[in-house]
Amino acid sequence: MSGPQTPMAHRGTKLMRTWPLLTPVVFLLLVWSIVPLLMTLWFSFQRYNLVDPTITGFAGFDNYKFLLEDPAMLAAIFNEVVLVGSVLAITIVFGVAFAILFDQEFWGRSIARLFVIAPFFVMPTVSALIWKNLLMNPVSGVFAWITTKLGFGAIDWFTNYPMAGIVIIVAWQWIPFATLILLTAMQSLDREQMEAARMDAARGPQLLRFVIMPHLARPISILLMIETIFLLAIFAEIFITTSGGPGDATTTLTYLIYLRALVNFDVGGASAGGVLAIILANIMAFFLVRTIARNVNI
Amino acid sequence: MSTLEIKQLRKSYGSAEIIKGIDLKIEDREFVVFVGPSGCGKSTLLRMIAGLEEISGGELLIDGVRMNEITPDRRGLAMVFQSYALYPHMTVAGNMAFALRLAGVPKAEREQRVRVAAKTLQLEALLDRKPANLSGGQRQRVAIGRAIVRQPKAFLFDEPLSNLDAALRVQTRLEIAKLHRDLQATMIYVTHDQIEAMTLADRIVVFNAGRIEQVGTPLELYHNPANLFVAGFIGSPKMNLIGAVVRARTAQALELVLDGGSVVSVQPGDAAPGAKLTVGLRPEHIVVDPQGPISGHVEAVERLGNESIAYVSIGASLPLTVKLPPQSPVALGENLRLALNGHAVSLFGEDGHALGWTRPQAGG
Ligand SMILES: Nc1ncnc2c1ncn2[C@@H]1O[C@H](COP(=O)(O)OP(=O)(O)O)[C@@H](O)[C@H]1O
Ligand SMILES: [Mg+2]
Repeated sequence: MSGPQTPMAHRGTKLMRTWPLLTPVVFLLLVWSIVPLLMTLWFSFQRYNLVDPTITGFAGFDNYKFLLEDPAMLAAIFNEVVLVGSVLAITIVFGVAFAILFDQEFWGRSIARLFVIAPFFVMPTVSALIWKNLLMNPVSGVFAWITTKLGFGAIDWFTNYPMAGIVIIVAWQWIPFATLILLTAMQSLDREQMEAARMDAARGPQLLRFVIMPHLARPISILLMIETIFLLAIFAEIFITTSGGPGDATTTLTYLIYLRALVNFDVGGASAGGVLAIILANIMAFFLVRTIARNVNI
Repeated sequence: MSTLEIKQLRKSYGSAEIIKGIDLKIEDREFVVFVGPSGCGKSTLLRMIAGLEEISGGELLIDGVRMNEITPDRRGLAMVFQSYALYPHMTVAGNMAFALRLAGVPKAEREQRVRVAAKTLQLEALLDRKPANLSGGQRQRVAIGRAIVRQPKAFLFDEPLSNLDAALRVQTRLEIAKLHRDLQATMIYVTHDQIEAMTLADRIVVFNAGRIEQVGTPLELYHNPANLFVAGFIGSPKMNLIGAVVRARTAQALELVLDGGSVVSVQPGDAAPGAKLTVGLRPEHIVVDPQGPISGHVEAVERLGNESIAYVSIGASLPLTVKLPPQSPVALGENLRLALNGHAVSLFGEDGHALGWTRPQAGG
């Protein structure tokens, strides 16, 4: 049969031609992401403890039940939300402020920019150590030295305000990223639009509310999503500074999974925790995306 | 509505002086067009008037009050930007009412004023749309509407038509002229397009490199350019500017030898024999005449339907541009003779300044 090919047939032949080339990559990626997920799911329904290999077999929802009935679990979810939420809020506020600041012309701007971006290049482990031992240490830390000089006495951050301490460290690491994203967004803001607003008598706060924030809404939403993904997995900072304590004051879901799997050797329980973390991340992402989509209707 | 006066206004960026001492007075309800080539400082001057650029030197007075230190919003001026600069997240109505909203004008009055402006500009059906859903011409009208709503002392336009296509440009030009008649407002309009300047202006200010070259009504500039720059800038096709030497001067005539050797005779102007001049001849003031004094060779012909433009080499460095009737039988490669048709001939001295103008002698 001759004549023009239908679009369907055309697509078919094209697929036939590209399929052999695409398959290996697609297959690899699929295996890469699906296999760990399926294994986690599988383990979460198994009795599986590394300390006692005799405990085996299908556990049903026991691992989940055990986790959800565990008060540490609820505390961990709460801590996770507090940590991620606070860091998001702080990085956005500082990111916007720095972006507006570094969008202005001033002497030494490029050096100042470099300093603001720098923390992003410090490894999480290293920055946690610096903050713990050099800055926040109640005996030898710089903060303690300053507050003592001023007559307030030293604050023992990781004993009295452990979560605040970790939030500060993580926020310090993520402000540069927020600044970078928002600064590029600021630089794409139409200068004439700012000038039009000036002629319309918009001053500082009004300029921020009516011109700058609407322009930044979209990059902020993207920032929230990216940061959430990374912040849910925060581990090194907690491990180094408080090890989840005192008590479970800084035990997040990620850290709880670590405790279950590698301290208690309860692979089944840890996997169940992992699945719950995935669900939690999806719920947070869903609400974030929805609230943002509602606010950003450009 | 108001007058606006500029005294010795200057602007420098670092060591580069962009505006080099400008004096100008703009009367109430006048439509003044700043025209000049790109980069000559027109926008900078307009932005200094608006208050968006600091004034480095000199004084700006609106209604006799010094404005140098007054913030843009208190000068009572409204600006229409080249990129329109609409607020993308606000509706058309929101854009137009924004200044009033910030000024604390009650909602009812705000809406009333937006409605009136929208009616003038035929934007009523679009009031709830966002700028992203408007065409270029509609955005342009919203930008103008935003200015109208503020009821400013004067309107400032910075190349408002340059982002529109050719057909829309002509239409919007007419609308702006009508708006000026209807609003009876003082308007300052910046453009690099001399046709916009000629069609819109009560008075044109020709700029070049941060200085005013000439101020005058469109026809004054056309008929009586003050210098070579204005002569070359105003008019389309451009005025022919040909080097010449004065051969003889009598009580009745001045004999000029044009570059290339043709001799034309004009009524006596202010030039001594032997003086080197530049002669300005408008393309529309040259005719084909077998007895004419200028002989040339046709290098190119452009037939536009309503007229034909011939480029005739007369031995000077540039060919002579001649505007001919559409049916003119002039053909490429033809040798022909040209004469001046009795209209003004501009003479410029060696320094480029006009020596006044004169007329060709009867019979060439
Ligand atoms: N912020 C600035 N810094 C330095 N030079 C500038 C600045 N703004 C404009 N200029 C210069 O001033 C000159 C005039 O610019 P402008 O007023 O925009 O010209 P135009 O007549 O085309 O509107 C240009 O040569 C431009 O390079
Ligand atoms: Mg300009």
